[in-house]
Formats: sequence, C-alpha cells, structure tokens
Amino acid sequence: MVPLTSDGHVVFEGVSKTFPGTRRATGTVALRDVSLDIAPGTIYGVIGYSGAGKSTLIRTVNGLEQPTAGRVLVDGTDVASLSGRALRDAQKRTGMIFQQFNLLETVRARDNVALPLRLDGVGAREARARADEVLEFVGLGGRADSHPGELSGGQKQRVGIARALVRQPRILLADEATSALDPTTTGQIIELLRRINSEYGTTVLVVTHEMDVIRDLAGRVAVMEGGAVVEEGAVLDVFVHPQQPITRDFVTTVVPQHLPDRVRTDLGGAALWRLLLLDDQVVQPLVSTVVTELGVSVNMLHADMTEIQEHTVGQMIVAVDGPADRVAAARAYLAERVVSLEEVDA
Amino acid sequence: MNFFDWLSGATAVTPGEDRLTFVTRDMFVKAIGETLQMVGVALVFGTILGIAIGATLALTRRGGILRQPVVYGVLSVVVNLIRSLPFIILLVAILPFTRLVVGTGIGTWAAIVPLTVMVAPYIGRLIENSLLEVPAGLIEAARAMGASPWQILVRVLIPEARGSLVLAITIATIGLTDATAMAGTVGGGGLGTIALDYGWQRYDAFAMLVTVIALIVLVQLIQLLGTRISRRFRRR
Repeated sequence: MVPLTSDGHVVFEGVSKTFPGTRRATGTVALRDVSLDIAPGTIYGVIGYSGAGKSTLIRTVNGLEQPTAGRVLVDGTDVASLSGRALRDAQKRTGMIFQQFNLLETVRARDNVALPLRLDGVGAREARARADEVLEFVGLGGRADSHPGELSGGQKQRVGIARALVRQPRILLADEATSALDPTTTGQIIELLRRINSEYGTTVLVVTHEMDVIRDLAGRVAVMEGGAVVEEGAVLDVFVHPQQPITRDFVTTVVPQHLPDRVRTDLGGAALWRLLLLDDQVVQPLVSTVVTELGVSVNMLHADMTEIQEHTVGQMIVAVDGPADRVAAARAYLAERVVSLEEVDA
Repeated sequence: MNFFDWLSGATAVTPGEDRLTFVTRDMFVKAIGETLQMVGVALVFGTILGIAIGATLALTRRGGILRQPVVYGVLSVVVNLIRSLPFIILLVAILPFTRLVVGTGIGTWAAIVPLTVMVAPYIGRLIENSLLEVPAGLIEAARAMGASPWQILVRVLIPEARGSLVLAITIATIGLTDATAMAGTVGGGGLGTIALDYGWQRYDAFAMLVTVIALIVLVQLIQLLGTRISRRFRRR
C-alpha cells in the first residue's frame, strides 16, 4: 500500500516486454522480468549499453510502451492496464525529456513549453504566462521568443525540461537527456535536474549509458544487460563494490582501473595493489607509514579521487617491493585501513 | 487591327480586313475567369477532402498512431483507383455522379465536380507524405504529454508540416490548372477551350499564343505564391 503523501512512487513488478516477430524476423525480448522500486522524491539511474532495454523500461512508466507481462505501478495505479483517456490522464502526471529534445521547430520556445497546458484546454494567454515562469526557472527567461533553431543544444534541452515541468508533474523521465550534449552543457543540465529534484521533490528517473551522469546525478542505480537488471544498489556501493563484469566496465569509464601494458612489464616482480579509499581514509598517511615503519619500497603508479553522492572515493595503484614477509605485513596493514585491496593482474 | 486594338476591345472578326483573331478580349477575360473559378472552387473542396484523406492515411497506416490496416488499405486502393484514371476519362466516367451533385452535366460547375474528385486523392497522397516527414520523436513527445490522436494531428503534425503542406497544395493547384484544359469537353469553358476551339480547330495562332502566355503566367504566379508562403512557414 502506497501512502497518499508519497506521490511520485514508481514500482516495476516483474515487467517483461517482447516485441512481436514478423514473418521475416523473430521477436525481440526487450525486458526480462524487471522489478524495481523507485522511492518518491529520489533520483534513480538506469544504465546499460544500447539495446539493453533501458529506453523500453522508462517508456512503460508513461505508457509509451505496453509491457507484455508484469505491472508498472505509478502511485499505486498500474499504468500498463490503462488505455485511451485513462492512459492520457496518467501521462499528464508525468513529464519526459528526450535525447533529441523533440521540440516543435515551427513555434517559439514559449509555445513549446505552453503546449501541454494548451492540450489541457488552458487559454493561450494563461498558458504562455505559465510557460514564461517555467522558462525563467530553467534559466531561459530571455529566450522565450526564440525558435528552437536559434537555440544551442543545452538551451533546447532546457526548453524540453521546461515543457516537461509546466504541468508540475511528480515524476520526470529523462531518456538519454544529456547524450547529445557536450560535457560542460551536460554538467549544467545535471545541475538543473538536481535542483528540480531538491526544490520540488520530483522523482527523477534517468536512463543513460554514461556512468559519470549516474555518478553526478543518481542516488541509486540499476544496471541493465539483455533486458534484465543485473545489478542494483546505491550508487556509492555500486562504484565501490561493482559485482558484475558489465558494472565494472561502466565504473572503469569513470574510475580508470587498467594500467598501460608497458608499465606492467617494466615493473618486474613487484606486487601490484589497487587500493580503494572512502571519505576520511583518503587523508591517512598510508604510503609513508608502510615505507618508514615496514621498510618496503612503494611506487605510486596511479591515484585519483572522485565525488559520489557527497562521499569522497579515492583510488591508488601501488607497486610494492621488498622481502616477502615485509610485503605481507604491509598488505595486512593497508587492508585494515582501506575499503578494499586487490591484486592487479600483472 | 493590331494587338492594342484587340486589347481595347475591338471586335475580333472584321470581314474583309486582315483578321488578328476570332477571340474577342471579353471572351478571353471570361475564359480566365472560368479557369480561375474552376481551379479555385475545386481547390477549396479538394483541399478539404485531401486533408481528410491525407490525415487518415498518415494516422491509420502501419506504424501510425491509430493503426487501422483495413481503413488504410481500403482508402489507399480507392485513392490509387481514382489516380490511375486519366482526367479526360474520369470526367466522362463520373458524369452521372456530376449530374447528381450539381444537377447538370454541362458547364463550368459540371467541370468542377470531376476536378474536385481528381484533385482530392492527389492532395491526399501529397499531404500523407508531408505528415510522414514530421520526426517520429515529436509524435512520441506529444503522446508522452497525453495528447489525443486528434490533438497530435492538429497541434503537432499539421503545424510542423505546414511549410511542406503549402508546397504540396501548390503542386496540386498547378495540376488543377492543367486539368481545366479538358473542361471544354463538358462545356466548362476556360482558357483550355479557347486554345482548343480557336487555336487548334481554326488555326488561330493569336488565340493559341495568348492562351499559352496566360497559362504560363498563371502557373508562375501560383508557384511564386506557394513558395513564398511555404518559406514564411518554414522560417525558424
């Protein structure tokens, strides 16, 4: 039972989707028994490569795709069971933004944003006034009279966001919303989505193939592969303890884990360790301690630090050399003081 | 008699003198009026019907938002059927229908009925193509907003396609002008009748020349107007 106060709640229950085959092609399984619970007011990320089913999944939330099995509960209503007017009414409670923005090219930014209200029968004057307010909120107050063709990609996406927000939905769906944008603009759009979430408590469901978007935006993440969710958890946990090979691949795109081959061969017999440190652990004098007190040599090969959900995650790759017993002691010392210590395959 | 005498309204046939033409200026002006009337009226009705046909085809086709294969199939066959008839044959073939609609099989109005029947499926196909050019993402965005099929048509498809719709209707208008030349068959009059009855049958070179020039100017004006309006709509 969903409490009445917690609107913006999305629950996938055993959702499967098969696109029917034709005489020439066999059917495609897009979703396999997906179950997820997206808490109201959170930012939830779904990551996967193209064809993983993530776009199909997000489209079941506003009825653009009908699952072949399972339920998609939005604030307790099974969207998958709706059709016609009931479905359209449900769609009006959800906003959506797209990779290619999908704006009307022939009308001004203001009228693009006003469109959902016009569909609801709101008068032109009032709809435009409200559109102007939302454009102001997304930082496009001065461009309301521009046509989309006169706007940059980031500005177009802001118009798309304003259009999605103009009905004040409790849920915002973002389908690869930053994938067509450059890194700086991506950062600005992420910032805007965070602000929408924090100021209005809007539940944001983000689908992307970019792990840095997940890192900077989402609180929890589901990793999808072949239509199924293969891993799910708090973003920090997934970054620190990725379980599946595909998750490791995604984490690697943000936190590099591979040494160049040349460096590996040049190191000879030294032990190669990858240390992962969290928050206060990153400020410990680990290396100097093992060098001075345990008498091993430490060669720092790589170190980086990243911010995930207001946590600091540090990574070091070190080559440690010395008598076997001292190396073992150093390993024991370090293992106690970091989140994880693992051998890097030489 | 020279061209300027003709232009001032002098009688065309002056016995014994060198004859410029059989056609008086007033006959010619009347013919232009008839051509414009036939094109204009058939265009208005043809466009109304054509938009309905084009929208139905675009919405009901496989992958369209209404997906009605039977409706699409039947309408598509009817459209192809009418379009496969040369206009001169259509004109005669539907005479009983024409009499039913306007009460007569002869005259300008009797020509307008087959012209409308000819141009509506033509405009329909052109409009279907224009509407299909609207990016699928836009339709998806509209569906995500909870827009009904009618709202998607009126608020998204037609506004986004209007530049290309105007060009489509321009092409159809020129096609109509072309077809009015055959209206003489049912006594519809117009420039085509002058060219055939006088220019062709009586070897009246002047009548032929004036008609040809008038038709060229008319078609140029239609295209110029269509291009202008379309460009204004496409301005982003």
